[in-house]
Amino acid sequence: MTTIPSTTALGGAVAGRARPPRPSALSASRTFAWRALLKLKHVPEQLIDVIGLPVIFTLGFTYLFGGALAGSTRAYLQFLLPGTLVMTVVLVTTFSGVTLNTGITTGVFDRFRSLPIWRPAPIVGALLGDIGRYLLASTLVIALGLALGYRPDGALAGGLAAVALVLGFAFGLSWVWTTLGLVLRTPSAVNNLSLLVLFPLTLASNIFVDPQTMPGWLQAFIDVNPITHVATATGGLLAGTATVGQVGWVLAATAVITAVFAPLTMQLYRNRR
Amino acid sequence: MTAQSLPAVQTSGLVKTFGTTRAVDGVELQVPIGSVYGVLGPNGAGKTTVIRMLATLLRPDAGTARVFGHDVVADADAVRRRVSLTGQYASVDDDLTGRENLVLLARLLGFSPRQARTRAGELLDAFGLAEAADRLVKTYSGGMRRRLDITASLIVTPQLLVLDEPTTGLDPHSRNQVWDIVRALVADGTTVLLTTQYLEEADQLADRIAVLDRGRVIAEGTPGQLKASVGAGTLHVRLPDPTQRAHTQRLLGRALGVPVHPASDPAALSARVTDPRRVVGALMELTGAGIAVADFALGQPSLDEVFLALTGQPTRPDTPTREDAA
Repeated sequence: MTTIPSTTALGGAVAGRARPPRPSALSASRTFAWRALLKLKHVPEQLIDVIGLPVIFTLGFTYLFGGALAGSTRAYLQFLLPGTLVMTVVLVTTFSGVTLNTGITTGVFDRFRSLPIWRPAPIVGALLGDIGRYLLASTLVIALGLALGYRPDGALAGGLAAVALVLGFAFGLSWVWTTLGLVLRTPSAVNNLSLLVLFPLTLASNIFVDPQTMPGWLQAFIDVNPITHVATATGGLLAGTATVGQVGWVLAATAVITAVFAPLTMQLYRNRR
Repeated sequence: MTAQSLPAVQTSGLVKTFGTTRAVDGVELQVPIGSVYGVLGPNGAGKTTVIRMLATLLRPDAGTARVFGHDVVADADAVRRRVSLTGQYASVDDDLTGRENLVLLARLLGFSPRQARTRAGELLDAFGLAEAADRLVKTYSGGMRRRLDITASLIVTPQLLVLDEPTTGLDPHSRNQVWDIVRALVADGTTVLLTTQYLEEADQLADRIAVLDRGRVIAEGTPGQLKASVGAGTLHVRLPDPTQRAHTQRLLGRALGVPVHPASDPAALSARVTDPRRVVGALMELTGAGIAVADFALGQPSLDEVFLALTGQPTRPDTPTREDAA
């Protein structure tokens, strides 16, 4: 493998070649999504959070709080599982910012940025690849829930719609972390700040207990907390009782977050030195 | 300007400032098509910053840079279609195999999945990487990684290949392989712009050299012109008997026709030689005068000596620029 390549072989390999037509935005993004999945294949440790969080959250919260909060773990699971699904996937999204922050300092991103491709493709593709992670986490939460006795009324269609809604919201939310990933200097700073934002948002929501028991000011916050709305709509879809308003709120929030943070990410990405 | 006289790279008054540091401070470059152009300078001279502007990774703060006539800011995509950059820091994915890296880039350049696999296989064979093709890049040696890195720039043969310190940190064997690749590319008509800290490398490969210091071009010309202005090299002489040094210094100075300097080693002397032919005569004169020589060497001028000759001072310690920050 250390043989010196012969000059004739080299000459043949570098002999002028026509450049194929530029790939479409979709094709380039898909290639980057493939890269993300290849990296998961070669470095499966990256899946630790995606496998660990669903197990810890679903088992942990159900058995810790179930008896105290709802009288039985089974009854609590019916209430908790949609929230667990949302919380798990939302926490797993922070990975997007950390990956971008780690990757962008390497020469690989210099190469990507010097290619004649659709500029957002490396980031959009990475986020599309991350949807694979979200899907795995969602599947684990629901499978564990079903094994523990969770019985949703919304049947399969409701379940699929709920997962699709959560994945969509997670994709939108990821743009917040990619923005942070480009602003902050180290991966650990990105990780810490995103968790610092997410913990209050997930705790001060309707995921664990009914907000009716909380003081008024906290209820006011919970009412405007997007996580509350995602959990409500997800629970509704799983139970087959979701309203257009509930789902519409989440879709609108996803659109707003993406509309703000995707261009911000791209602006920062383009102007990186 | 006709297509014939259009240079591969032309910069005019190029400036890039990081904070209060003018990393690139009015650089003028003209790289003829089909040539190998060397940008020589110490760390912090602004080499990488110039290259990053040419590869559209950085926007100039002032001045213009054109690549085959296309402005790097206004017409960035046209520049990207013509330039491939192999950066100083490995621009391949450690967590993927060599083959996956090349297939990925081929797909991004518009090859179909099948064409991409074929092209990757072809390049891996030609660059002696076939055996390691399906291993993760993080297991590669420095030389293999560098070859893969350059290979990754050649999936579509670029009109301009930019190599940032392509041999820094490589053993001599791997360095020769990189030089062979550069020569094969030039034979095929590719223009190569490379940065280096080694005068020897620029001398071996480049048709023209620009010497960069603190963001400015302080000398430009063919390697021959540059060396003529610097001297042919440095003669180092070591004596078995340090007490003869003063006498030797006078004799050598007269025979070489240049000043001879005592080195920090009390038994050693050195002189920047303008005409290497006079070295043999000078050494024979020492023998004639009964002075034994323990050791002598005539070396290519080092980058330090180039700077000493061009600026009157040795290379400065690094200034904080992109090259250090990255």
